[in-house]
Amino acid sequence: MLGAVLLGLLFSFFLVFAGSYFKGRLAVLSSLVPISLFVYFLTYIPDIAQGEIIYENYEWIPSFGVNLSFTLDGLALLFALMITGVGSLVFLYTSAYLKNHKYLDRFYGYLSLFMAAMLGLVLSDNLMSLFIFWELTSISSFYLIGFNNDKADSRKSALIALGITGIGGLLLLGGAVLLGDVAGTYRISEMLAMRDVISDSPHYLLILLLIFGAAFTKSAQFPFHFWLPGAMKAPTPVSTYLHSATMVKAGVYLLFRMSPVLSGGDIWHTILIAVGAITMVYSAIHIIFRTDLKGILAYSTISALGILVFLIGIGTQAALIAAAVFIVVHALYKASLFLITGIIDHETGTRDVTQLSGLRKVLMPVAIAGFIAALISGGVPPTLGFIGKDLIYESTLHYADSAILLTGLAIITKILLFYGGFVAGVKPFMGKLPEKFSKLHLPSPLMWVPPLIMTLAGIVFGVFPGLIESAFAKPIAMTQAINYEEFHLKLWHGFTTILGLSAITITAGTVLYFTIKPKHSLENFIAKFDVVAPKDLLIKLSEGFALFSRFWTNSFQTGYLRHYLSIIVGFLTLLLGYLIFSDFSLNIDVSTLADLTIYEISILIMLLLGVLYVVFTKSRLAAVAATGVVGLSFSLLFLFYSAPDLAMTQFSVDTLTVILFVLVLYKLPKYLKLSDSKLRIKHRILSISFGTLITLLILRVLNEPKNTEISEYYADYAYKLAHGKNIVNVILVDFRGIDTMIEISVLIVAALGVFGLLKLRLKTRDKK
Amino acid sequence: MEIILAIITGVLYASGVYMIMRRSMVKLILGIILLGNGVNLLIFLLGRITKGEPPIIDSAEKVLEGVYADPVPQALILTAIVISFGLQAFAIILVKRTYKVLKTDDLDQLNTTDEDS
Repeated sequence: MLGAVLLGLLFSFFLVFAGSYFKGRLAVLSSLVPISLFVYFLTYIPDIAQGEIIYENYEWIPSFGVNLSFTLDGLALLFALMITGVGSLVFLYTSAYLKNHKYLDRFYGYLSLFMAAMLGLVLSDNLMSLFIFWELTSISSFYLIGFNNDKADSRKSALIALGITGIGGLLLLGGAVLLGDVAGTYRISEMLAMRDVISDSPHYLLILLLIFGAAFTKSAQFPFHFWLPGAMKAPTPVSTYLHSATMVKAGVYLLFRMSPVLSGGDIWHTILIAVGAITMVYSAIHIIFRTDLKGILAYSTISALGILVFLIGIGTQAALIAAAVFIVVHALYKASLFLITGIIDHETGTRDVTQLSGLRKVLMPVAIAGFIAALISGGVPPTLGFIGKDLIYESTLHYADSAILLTGLAIITKILLFYGGFVAGVKPFMGKLPEKFSKLHLPSPLMWVPPLIMTLAGIVFGVFPGLIESAFAKPIAMTQAINYEEFHLKLWHGFTTILGLSAITITAGTVLYFTIKPKHSLENFIAKFDVVAPKDLLIKLSEGFALFSRFWTNSFQTGYLRHYLSIIVGFLTLLLGYLIFSDFSLNIDVSTLADLTIYEISILIMLLLGVLYVVFTKSRLAAVAATGVVGLSFSLLFLFYSAPDLAMTQFSVDTLTVILFVLVLYKLPKYLKLSDSKLRIKHRILSISFGTLITLLILRVLNEPKNTEISEYYADYAYKLAHGKNIVNVILVDFRGIDTMIEISVLIVAALGVFGLLKLRLKTRDKK
Repeated sequence: MEIILAIITGVLYASGVYMIMRRSMVKLILGIILLGNGVNLLIFLLGRITKGEPPIIDSAEKVLEGVYADPVPQALILTAIVISFGLQAFAIILVKRTYKVLKTDDLDQLNTTDEDS
């Protein structure tokens, strides 16, 4: 299985180098990759149908519990076949759809990267690797949506999609870490046994919300649905593959996969049913207001995803089987409709359904595919759509006390989806062929055969539901349902309530199709509500955020050194002031002042005067000289207080500094007072309060007892170990010898810098 | 005595910070020097002050005994003095160089990387 995942990845790397060979006629060959994978996964069907689950484990970062563990059960196989199957057809279709496109190789690279990521996602048994593949699908989707990167619209949509699904990815990571922490493992198969532990955990609600956040953003649930219609800016093969058949189902897959682990609490069901129901009805209603074929399909996709979330929320075995079957149904008809839309767009140059009619006369096979797709979508027997619809009604009808409400919502959604399917799949082909389209001719079979294959499969599965039942429905029910019961999928159940509901749906849908015509006026009408739509709210939010960060940054990053410094010093003053005054005690021992000698007093006065002179003088030379006075006072002070080494060093260093200063002084401009007096006063207040706090701090510290352990060690061992009698020297050159050596190298670097600056000759160009 | 030195440290800090916040680059360097001296004095004070008892072992003894000044802060300050000399020397030359190229000593005119502003 690792090989299966890596194949797509390797192929996309391979395209980086050999891309040019795969542009022209050889592009068809690219589809060998998904086709071979499809066949590979087909061979697993007998094993899976027996109820087997295949595990594969490769250690990756075992210390974190992050491994490449793959598992292949009914659910994973269903998705894997869907990904590779739809993938094969989309690869074939693309070779004709984007024929001779400049960046066809790039497109195939993204597509196969996406396919690899998506396969990895559905095969992962480890939540961490699932997260990584999840992010990879978001990233490859970003590239694919923005494939027409010379259009501002595409780039914007790609960014919105990446933003929304990226947030979801972060939530997934949070949920995965928390879940791993509670369960003690990242392996989903091991979490199954922890169902009760997880639902009793105090973090249960948080885990649920995080996982839901991830699933809802990825699967475009209300109120995060708006990125999906925007993502329709992508070339049609991408919309087919990512935004109807596979990637958007990743969220549904996550919920499906986690449902035996997480469905322990009632809140799981409540939230999923509520969000799913809102999404499916809300976007089904939106279908009526659209005239762009892809827009209609986008909203009906969101609605279908809502149904899936809704079914997983119901969570009974019947509902899960319904969800599994509906995933297949949806992939078949929605991918076909997208491909058909792509053909129409490719041939006529428009997707506006109000302008399209009578195309059956020129695109007959496409019209047949469209008609069957609409039948599957509408749940008309004998297609698989009929079985799917029946299963949905069956699960809502048996759901405890709110059966009538849920069934009602499902029926409304289904009627609207019926309408949407017919508008997209039938309407463009009916009626009179306009003059401008009469010259059209059928495109390459590579384009119209794939939708035909998928729709025919919808009929075959409908007539022989046993195929779906043994390969997917049963294995999925066995692993995902809490209590497994035997069941059979049938096309004909006899005259039951459900059949009645089906009849109502189909009749109402037909009536709707013949009464409501897609109109631009309807589209304009709904556009008035955009102000309160989640998309506009989010965009406003992000604009507000950008505005706020600009304000925030500008108020701190002014580019003035004094501004940065005053913020730092001001903050430090506040912090230090709070700490000192929150526990204020001052214990001043004045008696020591009596020991002061005249020498000390004169040194201190000299020092103080020097400092004040530096600050207040108007002459630069005087200021530098005063700094020298300060330095020399320091060396006297050191001499007085038992630090002869320091005195020597300070003396020589200070002399050098002053000399250096005076040497460069004459080249500098006039010593001006640059800042205004208001600012000066502000800075003075700040500096004085900072200095006062430092004094208070020192006084506090001096009251604390002093630790002399280290000094005593040096006093005892300076001679014994290092044979030196001047302890300060011994510390520097012996005990801390390496430090001193590094210090010397710092000085050497400084000296080299000085030398370099002095010798540097700038070219005239740089001087400007 | 410590009290007076503590006050002087405060004065050094205050004047150092004040000088650093000025616009002239020369004042900036003077501020750094003053602040550096303040820090040295702070470290020195933390080792407490002792008059006339340098940490040097008598020629007859092998171990330092009795009252003596703490050698650890002294070693630290010695390092600090030397390093700050390196910093100051480099800064002084850098200011000189900056003035030569940009013809200004005003920090407010150096707050952008764009050449044309």
